[in-house]
This record gives sequence, structure tokens and C-alpha cells, in this order.
Amino acid sequence: MDVVRKLQILADAAKYDASCASSGTTRRDSRSGGGLGSTTGNGICHSYTPDGRCISLLKILLTNHCSYDCLYCVNRVSSAVPRARFTVEEVVRLTLDFYRRNYIEGLFLSSGIISSPDYTMEQVVAVARTLRVDHGFKGYLHLKTIPEASQALIDEAGRWADRISINLELPTAADLQQLAPEKNGARIETAMDAIRLRIQESTVQRAKSPKAPVFAPAGQSTQMIVGATEATDATFLARASHLYTRRGLRRVYYSAFSPIPDASRKLPLVAPPLLREHRLYQADWLLRFYEFNVEELADARRPNLDLALDPKLSWALRHRDRFPVNVNRASRFELLRVPGFGVKTVDRLLQARRWHRIRLADLTRLKVSLQTVMPFIETVDHTPTGHGLDDDNLRARFAPPAEQLDLFAPAGASVSNPA
Amino acid sequence: MPAFSFDGTFADWKRAARRALAESCPPQAARWTNARAGQVELELAESPAPYGWESEPPARVRVPRAFLTLAQEAACHSDPTRWDLLYRMLWRLGHGEPHLLEVTVDADVTALRALAKAVHRDVHKMHAFVRFREIPTAAGSWFVSWFEPRHHIVEAAAPFFVKRFAAMRWSILTPERCAHWDGRTLTFAAGATRDAAPPEDAAEDLWRAYYASIFNPARLKVATMASQMPRHYWANLPEARLIPDLIASAQPRTETMVETSDRHRERDSDFGTASVPGSRDLSVLRSAAATCRSCPLWRNASCTVFGEGGPGARVVVVGEQPGDQEDRAGRPFVGPAGQLFDRALQAAGIDRAQLYVTNAVKHFKWEPRGKRRLHQKPNAREIAACRPWLAAELQAIQPDVIVCLGGTAARSVLQSSVRVLETRGRWHPTDFGAPALITVHPSSLLRLPPGEDPKAAFDQFVADLRRVSARMMGFAQGEGGALIRDDI
Ligand code: SF4
Ligand code: SF4
Repeated sequence: MDVVRKLQILADAAKYDASCASSGTTRRDSRSGGGLGSTTGNGICHSYTPDGRCISLLKILLTNHCSYDCLYCVNRVSSAVPRARFTVEEVVRLTLDFYRRNYIEGLFLSSGIISSPDYTMEQVVAVARTLRVDHGFKGYLHLKTIPEASQALIDEAGRWADRISINLELPTAADLQQLAPEKNGARIETAMDAIRLRIQESTVQRAKSPKAPVFAPAGQSTQMIVGATEATDATFLARASHLYTRRGLRRVYYSAFSPIPDASRKLPLVAPPLLREHRLYQADWLLRFYEFNVEELADARRPNLDLALDPKLSWALRHRDRFPVNVNRASRFELLRVPGFGVKTVDRLLQARRWHRIRLADLTRLKVSLQTVMPFIETVDHTPTGHGLDDDNLRARFAPPAEQLDLFAPAGASVSNPA
Repeated sequence: MPAFSFDGTFADWKRAARRALAESCPPQAARWTNARAGQVELELAESPAPYGWESEPPARVRVPRAFLTLAQEAACHSDPTRWDLLYRMLWRLGHGEPHLLEVTVDADVTALRALAKAVHRDVHKMHAFVRFREIPTAAGSWFVSWFEPRHHIVEAAAPFFVKRFAAMRWSILTPERCAHWDGRTLTFAAGATRDAAPPEDAAEDLWRAYYASIFNPARLKVATMASQMPRHYWANLPEARLIPDLIASAQPRTETMVETSDRHRERDSDFGTASVPGSRDLSVLRSAAATCRSCPLWRNASCTVFGEGGPGARVVVVGEQPGDQEDRAGRPFVGPAGQLFDRALQAAGIDRAQLYVTNAVKHFKWEPRGKRRLHQKPNAREIAACRPWLAAELQAIQPDVIVCLGGTAARSVLQSSVRVLETRGRWHPTDFGAPALITVHPSSLLRLPPGEDPKAAFDQFVADLRRVSARMMGFAQGEGGALIRDDI
């Protein structure tokens, strides 16, 4: 099988992993000490595909042979897709060739599980080691690790990689039991915690001496599949919040399960709308940067996010007594809760109002949508009376008509995600 | 009206601006003329003789550092009125509004930020969208790119490529400026044309193959793509030409996937949970298994091939699945592989009568190949479906040791996937109160890859089996008769 065909099969098998970030690692470059490559703080997206996702890293599987049978996954042993396997050398060469032409920031490598977790992990680590040691590669490396692999191998992975991830895939033990019987939620969390400790250790050591070895400086991330089981948004968000606060994860990705070739049983017939995934990302954002907690967004009484409205607007409409907020006096915390105000806008307003009193025209210059914010704020020249907060139609004004929602819904069923 | 001439760079504009300030020239009166190569940035310059900047400009003008940073970026913008904006802000900073930048909602401040942001974005996109092509030269490869930025950013964007590709030799050609790096110094030269850059090459096919494969047709979000990768840049991206086709074929591809999934879904109903009786009497189990329908394999096979051997056996040998002859005979290990196994047992000094032999999967899985029925490996679901039978057999016999012949057997007994070649000849713990020895399946000796010595392979198989007899005797092979240590 030639390399083009292998690349087609093994990229196709990798595409259900949403993560493609190349950000948040240490800065390094190839000016001193030779080698190839550099990293920037924010990462670079080198291209975009028509699914709206960016191409930052060469995202491939080492092999899509897998002895596991995770039902949501296109690579599971019982799936009838064509199989291929790269050699370590082939992956190294592809990465370097693409990198030199400025197609990519680096490599995101994962693999189906062949022979044994350790055997597989050893191959993945060998690619990283060859790139770093033999070729002086300084670009970005993201390695998917296998929770069952030995600690020594995970440690070596962390030494070469910028980011390490283990996909949780499903938010509860029961869901995992149902769709990925060979995976073990407790085991995954133990592995995540071991990685967290290593990262912490390395940060502490490096604060003392910059020569101390790095360990996955861009942290660890994970992914959960949305809509393959009955799990609610409240469950997903609670899980994510737990992972951020207790396991120190840098990023949680949500992936609406989407049709895969040769999909399996037990998956719902209809794919969830991409909109649900989008709402989860918005809510995740509110957790991380807007000081919201999970219960404010979704709880047992309202277990799912409102598909029609973004979660902040939806929260505001449920807490009308907190509004209107006076833009010239309110605290940062209060301003952050105004639908239509982002972090940057809020910080600019706080700075500007030390010099003069804010009017609507000022908001326009900051590119704020007046239509969204006006019911919720007071400025020198505006008090919301016309569009009163008590107005029952307020929600209707924001919610798009029902058909429009369908535009976000892809046809079809099923899901997948490698390793 | 005074006009201030400068060479079009930010550094030189600063010098001209300092002079304008020294002259107390108010912003509405100042005109900025870019004197470089006859490019007139602003035609409003009325003074025929521009103010000279031959003599040294006046003393330093103090401005916030943040302003300089933003201004330097904004100066790269292609908007011809940017110099007016910059001077107006400079003027205001020096005339009673030193805090101007903090008034983040001021019209000039927002305009400046907007210019700087557009430039910043263009630089970022240049870092992202430059595509090198490789030219072989006597001195090694030379990487050349043709790129069309929106603003005057080549100087600002080039250092990034130096850091990243320090050990390479490269050139980035653009209509306005070219950047060259020879491995040691960065130089800039006048603009070039597209035909100065090398044509397409084969490596781009590989890149396009990747682009097409990483795209997920089930989630089309064309607008998101176009906002992040504006059409302006598409002409120089080798992958962009695939976009129309990928979009057009997305819907049909998705529909096919859904249809195939539905077909698969029907097959899923073939799987069930084996209803194994509670009894651990082998004959009860055997007759129950005869009618098992827990996976699709029963359909194409002639009968269930259950295990064979006495309830008092101390060793249980597990194979993969019955083959063609076993399927006809209804008995395990009677075909060619079974005969080879018998010879190996003999060589290892094991009496087959002491054994219970069975398979991980009890029905023959095959594929028609002409008139023959070609053996097919059972998949994980089939192995899992059939495991309750094997588990019942092991519980009924309660052997002292288990022998797994090949990966399928090992997978079923150990409930994890193992690499036979790496783990063979060793003991592994199981859930059945007895250790399992892993070795190859005898059928693998019948299909040795060319170049492998059949005699050596057979001997190694026998050596593995000797560990069983050794353990049964309570002594480890080749360890001087010492009592076997638990090497599990
Ligand atoms: S999710 Fe990973 S382990 Fe499970 S089947 Fe897919 S590739 Fe294999
Ligand atoms: S192979 Fe096993 S599970 Fe499948 S039908 Fe036969 S006995 Fe039942």
C-alpha cells in the first residue's frame, strides 16, 4: 500500500477527534541549536476544511487496526473499514515534509490498540522520540495516550509531547459500560491524575531551574462524545467542571457524534444537532472565563441547555431581577453577566469609564450589538423601558424561529472517535 | 497647507511627525506624502516643495509605549488615511490627552485598534498560509513561496519564518516586497511576480489527499471556514481547489454512510446473550450449546462444535474455532491442525487423553472461495458472544492449567488482547483459578511465512507445551529440578 492510500485511511480514521489546538506550550525556535521548527503562544491554524474545523496539526492514526470494540468508533474491531498501518519512519517523514512546506504546526498522533496497550504506546512514543532526538524537531506534538499503558511509557510520552490527551469519550461509567466495554472510567481518571501530578511536578521543578525537564507543557485535554447516549448537558458540564478543577485539564472537547462508515448498534438513529455541541462549548466557556458554575447553567430541573438561546442569554432571561445593570457603576462580575458583553468589552468599558460616562454610541464603537444588550443595561442616555424586562415577549425576540434551528442539524447517525 | 514627506516606513514617518509637531502643525492641516518610488499615499499634499527632513528632527516626543506598538502595526495597513489618524492621535496625546488610549471607546482609539487588528490578522494569516515549494539546488533544497498579503506586512511577518525555518534556505515572494533567508541573514528586496515562483509539485498531491480525508462531510460549516480562511487567500493555497467538490459531495456521502449504518443496525439484532444453563454438568452444557443463536455464526455452520474430554481433565486446551473438518465431524481438533497438535503433544510427552480440548468460538466462521470454505477469523463481538460457553466449560472442569493456542483463545481467556509472539511460553493469571500458558495456534505452523524453518517452529511449539507437562509434574523445565516458582 502506498503512502497516499495509507494517509487517506489513517487521516479519515483520525478526523472524529475534535482537538487540533497547537497553543499553550513553551516558546521555542530553531535559531540556536539547529533542528527544525518553532512554537508560538497561540498556535496557528494552517488551513480550514469545509466542516469549519481548522487544520493545525497533521492528525493521523499510527494504525486503525484495533482490538477493542468501542461501539461509537469507526476503528473498532467489528467495523468493516479498510485498515492500514504506518511505520514509525513514514510518520516521521510525512511530518517533516509537511512541516517544511509550512502546512502544519506539528503532529497529533494516536492509534488503535494493537497487540497490547504497551506495544501500541511504545510505537507512538517512538515516533515522538525520533522526531525530537534524531531530527531536532521543535514543532508541536500532541500524543494520545492509552490509559492502560505503563507509567514509564506515559512518562516518556510527556517528555517529548507538548500535549497529552486521554479521551474520556463518555461522561458516565454506565455509558462507558454500554458502549465501550473494554474501557474503564476509573482507570482513565487514574491515568489523568498521574499525568496531572507529573505536569505539576515539572512546573515546580522548572520554576526552580529552567533546565529541569518539561512534561507536556501544553497540559492535557480530553474529549467527550455528545448525543451517543442519554447523558444530559448537566452531566457533561459537571464532568467537565470536575476535570478542569480536580484533574487540571487544560481543555475539554465536545464532539457531536456524526455518521461514520459502518456504524454500529445501540447508537441513536439521529445525530444530535451540531447546535448542541456549540451550546456546550459556549457553556464551557462561561465556566472557564465568566465565573459561572454548572448549576447556574444546567441542573436536575433543567438538565439540558436551551438550544434556541445561548446559555448566557438564557440565564439572563431566567434572572431578570438582576437587570438592568448600570454600565457606569456595575462591578466586573455583574458586567460579565450581561448578554452581549464579552471579557474584552467589559475590560475596555471598565477602563473607559474612569475617564467619561458611557453612552450607547460608545458601545457601538466597541462593536457591541445594541439590540442584544439594551434590555439588560442602563447608560447615561438609556434606561430599558420600551423593551421592558418584564415583557413576556422578550424571549421570543431573541429566540430564532424553529425552522432556522434545523439548519444546524446534520442528517444521519452514529459516531466515532479513535483511542 | 504643509506637507510632510517621508519614505513610507513607520520609522521615517515618526521623524516627519516629530517635525510636524515641532512646527505646531495641527492635524487637520498636515499632509503626509510617501516619497518612496513615486508612490503617493495621499494626493491632498498641496505644497509643491515638501518639508525637508534632511536636517535632524526636533527633540523627542514622549508617547505611551502602547501607542507606539499599536501605531507601528496600524502603519502597515493599506488604508491611505492611516497617517492622518496616527498624527491626529499623536497630537491629541501631546495636547492635554496623555491618557487617550485609556478612553477605549474614543472614535480614534477604536479606529486605531481596528487598523492594528486587521494588520495583526494579516500577519497571522501570512504565517499560516504561506506554502513553500521545494527547489533542488547544488547547495541543497531551497524553499520558495508566492504569497499575496493584504497589507504592507512582509517585514513584520518575516522574523517568524526565520525562527521556524532557521536551518532552511527560503524566499517568500510577494507583489510588493520579497524576503530572503540564506540560513544566516534576512534580506528584503523589491516585489516579484507570480511566475518567479516555482510551479506546483507532487508533494502537494499528498497534502491535498490529507485535506480531503480529514474533512468530515457529515458536518458542513462553509461559512465558518470562509470567515477563518477568507477567499482572498485561496488562490495560493494548493488545497483550496478541492473545496467546491468537497462541499458538493458532502450530502451524498453522508447519506451513504447513514444507509450503511442502517444495514449494520439490522445485523446487530443477530447478537444476543448466550443462555447458558446454570448447571455445570458438561453434557447439559453441550446439548444447550447445540442450539445457541447468540451470534450470527451459527447460520453458515453445520453444527456447534463443543469441547471434548473427561470432566476430570487437569488441563484445558483452548483453540480458536472449529475448521472445515471439525465442522463436518462435530468434534474439535480433528483436522490438519489437530493432527499436528497431536504430534506436538506426543513430542512434549503429554497424553491427549488427559486433556479437555475446546475452542473460544464454537461455530465455524468461513467465507466461500470457489468451492472451498475459507477460514475467517472471528471478531471481537463473536468472541465475546461465545465466551459464556467457554467460561462454563472451565468452571465445570476446574483445571489446574489452561493452554491458549493463539490470540483468539488468549483474548477470550484473559479478556484482553495480547501479542502471542511476545507473551508465548509464559504463564498468565486468569479468572478461572488456574494460570494460562499462551502459545501459537498449531495452524500457524501449517502456514509459516516463507523463509521460516518449520522444524524450528515446531520445536519451539513443543518447548512451550513442555512447560505444561513440567508444571503438571511440579517441576520447571530446565531449572535443575527446582520446584516451580510462581512465575505468573
Ligand atoms: S476508541 Fe480507540 S480503543 Fe476504542 S475502538 Fe476506537 S481506536 Fe480502538
Ligand atoms: S459461535 Fe458461539 S455464540 Fe455464536 S452461535 Fe455459535 S455457539 Fe453461539
